Amino acid sequence: MTDRLPGFDTLAIHAGAAPDAATGARATPIYQTTSFVFDDVDHAASLFGLQAFGNIYSRIGNPTCAVLEERVAALEGGTAALAVASGHAAEFLVFHTLLQPGDEFVAAKKLYGGSINQFNHAYKNFGWNVVWADPDDPATFEAAITPKTKAIFVESIANPGGVIVDLKAIAAIAKKHRIPFIVDNTMASPYLIRPFEHGADIIVHSATKFLGGHGNSIGGLIVDGGSFNFAGDDRYPALSKPRPEYGGMVLGETFGNFGFAIACRVLGLRDLGPALSPFNAFLILNGIETLPLRMQRHSDNALAVAEHLASHDKVSWVSYPGLRSDRYHNLAKQYCPKGAGAVFTFGLSGGYEAGVKLVSNLKLFSHLANIGDTRSLVIHPASTTHRQLTDDQKVQAGAGPEVVRLSIGLEDKDDLIDDLNNALDAA
Amino acid sequence: MLIELSRPLPYGPFMDHGNYTNDYIRGILQSVKTIALVGASSNPARPSWIVMKYLIERGYDVIPINPGLAGGELLGKPVYASLADVPHPIDMVEIFRNSEAAGPITDEALTLEPLPKVIWMQLSVRNDEAAARAEAKGVKVVMDRCPKIEFGRLSGEISWQGVNSRMLSAKKPVLAGKGFQKLSLNRPR
Ligand SMILES: Cc1ncc(COP(=O)(O)O)c(C=O)c1O
Repeated sequence: MTDRLPGFDTLAIHAGAAPDAATGARATPIYQTTSFVFDDVDHAASLFGLQAFGNIYSRIGNPTCAVLEERVAALEGGTAALAVASGHAAEFLVFHTLLQPGDEFVAAKKLYGGSINQFNHAYKNFGWNVVWADPDDPATFEAAITPKTKAIFVESIANPGGVIVDLKAIAAIAKKHRIPFIVDNTMASPYLIRPFEHGADIIVHSATKFLGGHGNSIGGLIVDGGSFNFAGDDRYPALSKPRPEYGGMVLGETFGNFGFAIACRVLGLRDLGPALSPFNAFLILNGIETLPLRMQRHSDNALAVAEHLASHDKVSWVSYPGLRSDRYHNLAKQYCPKGAGAVFTFGLSGGYEAGVKLVSNLKLFSHLANIGDTRSLVIHPASTTHRQLTDDQKVQAGAGPEVVRLSIGLEDKDDLIDDLNNALDAA
Repeated sequence: MLIELSRPLPYGPFMDHGNYTNDYIRGILQSVKTIALVGASSNPARPSWIVMKYLIERGYDVIPINPGLAGGELLGKPVYASLADVPHPIDMVEIFRNSEAAGPITDEALTLEPLPKVIWMQLSVRNDEAAARAEAKGVKVVMDRCPKIEFGRLSGEISWQGVNSRMLSAKKPVLAGKGFQKLSLNRPR
């Protein structure tokens, strides 16, 4: 029989989700249990020693979460994945697996504000030092690399401002210096961009956004591309050195091209504990089944709204890579030809005041701190998501005082445009 | 319908190593019973020990080969110094040594009577010349694969670890019998 490669839409529904072996349940059951009975004492020992596949305790792994993991690994084209409690937990476990105290990593300065904050402040306690680079100028990543650099981190499409990152150019720098290249693919989702095809080694997601897609569950994923060879590389002892907690096992050697995902699970998730609830995993899985349909609609609606705003006289600028005039339009055509996603920013001629008024005059758009919902959302980043940044960092991150961010939902686009028109008239 | 991934085989007498079909691997794992594991280790942290234990738990008769441990026992099985010392027929020789060493081990395996049906070189081990010599004698060859990973992938067990099994199916996986945490290769396709 010929083995064939299913398409993305088929994977979005089927990957990881065979009928339940015990009951035949066709929808993935919610295994709402802390623990799993062992077959016998020897089986328990094999599981704890990482010698057999199976379930022990839901902090370490859970069958509902595992379906989500395999689903996202398949959609991204990776070797394995790990589901965790949030997007931030995913970032944290990735760096915990790669970095030692005193190490550095280079990150794009255009990122979700929470990630900038996590890197600047929380990571200092671990002795992990971020060095910022400009995603619009890949050469700045190379210039920032030192012998202590252990990773490079970017967002494929950067939150909040519709920045498309030249992944191939930065991947080439990472490869040249033999450093793993981490891409946060939250804003694009694998429907729009598949970063492993452009040289990423590790992908992280806030599943809270488009993967779940319905604004009901916080979750995160780490995806192992299987492309970075950690075995024998002294710079990454989590993977290359005998692990005392596993009887001297070398994880990178024992688990080959999915060793990174296993290390994040058995060293990070197991010891630090940010596990995803099986119920959240179930809701996120349900969301993923319609990811291709939703992402297309999100992008089509966003383009229509962005085009309308660009022609509105109270709007001074619109930053959406789907617009032909946008500075990132060529990169968008290269990396995400199907669409440039749901999220973009625009500036009001009336500045900060007009922004605040607009937000309170909108009726259909919800004023809240999230993106990637079925509903359309609006926020003023400078006073919320990017509030903890300095004024300079805000501008650098595309979140200056006059900036409004929209996350366009799946409603009728004419209703969204009408709502914006009315609110702009009143502003 | 079971949609399985990995690329189809090209035409020709020899295997396209690097692109095995799921049917080819499954056929091997379902047909062999006695597996000689060359390069067996007594260290439970080593992949060869882990794979040996897993294969025993899945019902294979695994014969450890290691001159340094010959005469003793590993996981309850007598250890032999070489393939030639094993006093009964071997279905599959699993090579847990480096790619260069796989050459002479393959040649030794090809002197056995009866011949083994399969020579399997572990993940990261590949020796195309040795493979060609084995295939010329009608012996099937697998290179650069781990039988534990392949068993886990084809049965569905590996999915519990969030690994991309590259298998899609609307058919139930089959429990291997004892307990709920072991699955069988006899999954309807
Ligand atoms: C691009 C990006 N990465 C990471 C995160 C953090 O994810 P979470 O809120 O699930 O922890 C977010 C959340 O807004 C995000 O937009």
